[in-house]
Amino acid sequence: MERIPILKMGKALLVTIQVDLQDQVALALQDDLSAQIERTGANGVLIDISALEIVDSFVGRMLASISGIAAVLDATTVVVGMQPAVAITLVELGLSLEGVRTALNVERGMAMLAADDRNQID
Amino acid sequence: MMLMGERDIVMCRQMVRKLTQQIKFTLVDQTKMITAASELSRNTVVYGGGGEMRWEIVQQGIKTGLRLAFEDKGPGIPDVSLALTDGWTSGSGMGVGLSGSRRLVNDFDIRTAVGEGTCVTVTRWK
Repeated sequence: MERIPILKMGKALLVTIQVDLQDQVALALQDDLSAQIERTGANGVLIDISALEIVDSFVGRMLASISGIAAVLDATTVVVGMQPAVAITLVELGLSLEGVRTALNVERGMAMLAADDRNQID
Repeated sequence: MMLMGERDIVMCRQMVRKLTQQIKFTLVDQTKMITAASELSRNTVVYGGGGEMRWEIVQQGIKTGLRLAFEDKGPGIPDVSLALTDGWTSGSGMGVGLSGSRRLVNDFDIRTAVGEGTCVTVTRWK
């Protein structure tokens, strides 16, 4: 089974989803990310979904649960790059992605995590 | 096409993308139809124990649309109106699969009998 690579950038983990996600791959990502947060002590997770052409309820649930697990492990999750058509469809589908923070692109997402990090130190 | 496992859900999405592009749906319409197909094919695989998707490009006057039918011979749904309620789930989902995909299409039809199976037919017009 393929796995989604997880990169470490400073104190954050960066995940770019570039394939049409099979359910098992999405579940594996959830496990891998929680393990990596624990191993690296990262305090931020950035998930880039700009290449995803759809987000259905399964992927939506995966994003919400990653963000929940990360929060318990003291890391903030930001989902970035959602395509407008995907956002429209998600809302109509009835998924609110509660508790999931989003940003327009990777740059803004990184800025969000950096700001969080500064606040924690202060 | 057959829907027997998770891999088929991905294949189904790719197939529906190709079809919606063929009849020149807008990007938003493509995305809605593919998302609905993703939800319904997962239902067929996970809850229906596998089945098939049939597709048809339909004409009504000057309107062109795509019709998809997802059929399984699974346990069926005892209470359809309950199953179409937001938040209802029989399994591990978020409970938006059926009710949500209904909102993503123009026509939605469900036929189900306990012990015999379920057939969901959806159409989206251009």
